[in-house]
Amino acid sequence: MAQSQTLTRLVAKTKANNIRWHRYEGYLFVAPLIVGIIAFIFLPIAASLYMSFNKWDMVSPPELVGLKNYARLVSRDRLFWKVLGNTFRYAGWIIVPSVIFPLILAALLDRPIRLRYLYRLAFFLPLVTSVVAVGLMFRWLYDGEFGLVNFVLSWVRIDGPNWLVDPFWAMPAVAMVTVWQGLGYNMVLYLAGLQGIPDHLHEAATIDGAGPFSRFFRITIPLLTPTMFFILVMSVIGTFQTFGLIYVMTQGGPINSTNVYIYYLWQMAFGSSKMGYASAMAWILALVIFTITMIQVRLARLWVHY
Amino acid sequence: MRAARVDRVASRRQQELVANTITHILLIVLGLAALAPFWWMISTSFKTEFEAFQLPPTWLPLEPTLEAYGDLFLDQPFGIFFYNSVKIAVLGVGGQLITSSLAAFAFARLDFPGKNVLFIIVLSTMMVPYAVTVIPLYIVMHRIGWVNTHLPLIVPAMLSSAYGTFLLRQFMFSLPVELEDAARIDGCSSFGIYRRIALPLMKPALATLGVFSFMASWNNFFGPFIFLDRKYLFTVQLGVALVQRQWYTSWPRLMAGSVVVTLPVLLVFLLLQRYFVRGISLTGIKG
Repeated sequence: MAQSQTLTRLVAKTKANNIRWHRYEGYLFVAPLIVGIIAFIFLPIAASLYMSFNKWDMVSPPELVGLKNYARLVSRDRLFWKVLGNTFRYAGWIIVPSVIFPLILAALLDRPIRLRYLYRLAFFLPLVTSVVAVGLMFRWLYDGEFGLVNFVLSWVRIDGPNWLVDPFWAMPAVAMVTVWQGLGYNMVLYLAGLQGIPDHLHEAATIDGAGPFSRFFRITIPLLTPTMFFILVMSVIGTFQTFGLIYVMTQGGPINSTNVYIYYLWQMAFGSSKMGYASAMAWILALVIFTITMIQVRLARLWVHY
Repeated sequence: MRAARVDRVASRRQQELVANTITHILLIVLGLAALAPFWWMISTSFKTEFEAFQLPPTWLPLEPTLEAYGDLFLDQPFGIFFYNSVKIAVLGVGGQLITSSLAAFAFARLDFPGKNVLFIIVLSTMMVPYAVTVIPLYIVMHRIGWVNTHLPLIVPAMLSSAYGTFLLRQFMFSLPVELEDAARIDGCSSFGIYRRIALPLMKPALATLGVFSFMASWNNFFGPFIFLDRKYLFTVQLGVALVQRQWYTSWPRLMAGSVVVTLPVLLVFLLLQRYFVRGISLTGIKG
């Protein structure tokens, strides 16, 4: 009896010790990640905010200038506004095809047909290819005289422009490359969405006499609106982060017609050594992305069915 | 009666056949259109400079040659570029698998004060544009002498993958807890449970994360571009961009470069593609 009581007490004591120790054990497991995130994300964010209030070329010591960088960007930097406009134009060219083409692919591939796996593979390849390879590939494809694009267009008697040299066509040409690269990724998102649509809805509609087209437009599409919304948000955010493709394909030209946000930011930071100015740009970018996402979330209530 | 039913079944089969044929035709056309750029890249890489500028263009090289590849490798130290890319990817991915699986295990299975807040903080970092952090990172790396080393590309990748933590945590939730409970009753420590039970069960998710991160690291352009400007430190991506700077319109050579940087990821992808698809549908996020 006494012995068993001692034992119980002993067990309870070890347990309590264990619990006290166990309560904090989790910290050890997350420590490397948290240290990394603090060092490589949070501290840089704080530093970036501070730097955006400074004028600094990395040679002479930084000079605190308050909101001057922001004021100058917004009121005096004409190229900044052009670049911002370009970025929106870029997004504008991308949105519709990135929502529609992958949907068509997913609708075709959702049926249990043969070689499905092989087809899916074909649309994935662009996704795993680097922007450098893709950029070079398309520079060559878009070549005005010897490129494949204009050669194919000549079959239907269209005399294609010199895509990447033409200030109007350069942007849509680059945008189509982005659409092409995103095909497979967006397609998988749609396929996942399609699998989430319960079969009984389609069956019920069929019994009520709905044909395949009205089923597609009245059942499939409304139920895929959350996926479309996600694709929309990700595509717009993506355009604000594009650098490599522009660097390889156009270097922002001709006459800054494809100069987009990060490219200009890089020119300011690493070309002109305006570190404070570029930091201010980075913060405006964060603000823009946040605002766009919020607007889209608001608008989503009007058309997304959850 | 019976004949009518047979008829209906037959016509239904016919309909299906037609639908399948149309689907196949559409998919073949779209698939070829999506792959045409690759064909053009590969075919050009085997052409001579002269043939590349021939009109009308040739779909297959008339006299296939490895000249462009030879020029590429003689001109630039691609062997070194490869070594650099592999080194950065392997160390970064390896470290990331360890730190994120440790953190994911804790977030999914252990209880500690402030766990949820901490997890939300980790997640929120995924929304921070790289542009916001890259300038101060560059300055810090410059101060501590890490610019023009591979460290700024390896160390942050090893330690700060919110994406990896999120993916692995999601996966951990789909695993049964009973095994771990049993081990705990038998006196196994938390680390033992992580090491002997959770980690082996997480293998498929680790593979998914590994594939994604490897590709992201291999294809990364912006990072190496910012932090490296000595040629012997270049990754393959920078190497090919360098070839473009020198030989702006030497198309066979540039296409050979594109083939060379694409092949390794292509192999990884073809071997491990099932993990890749799962990664997108598991999180809805690309690495």
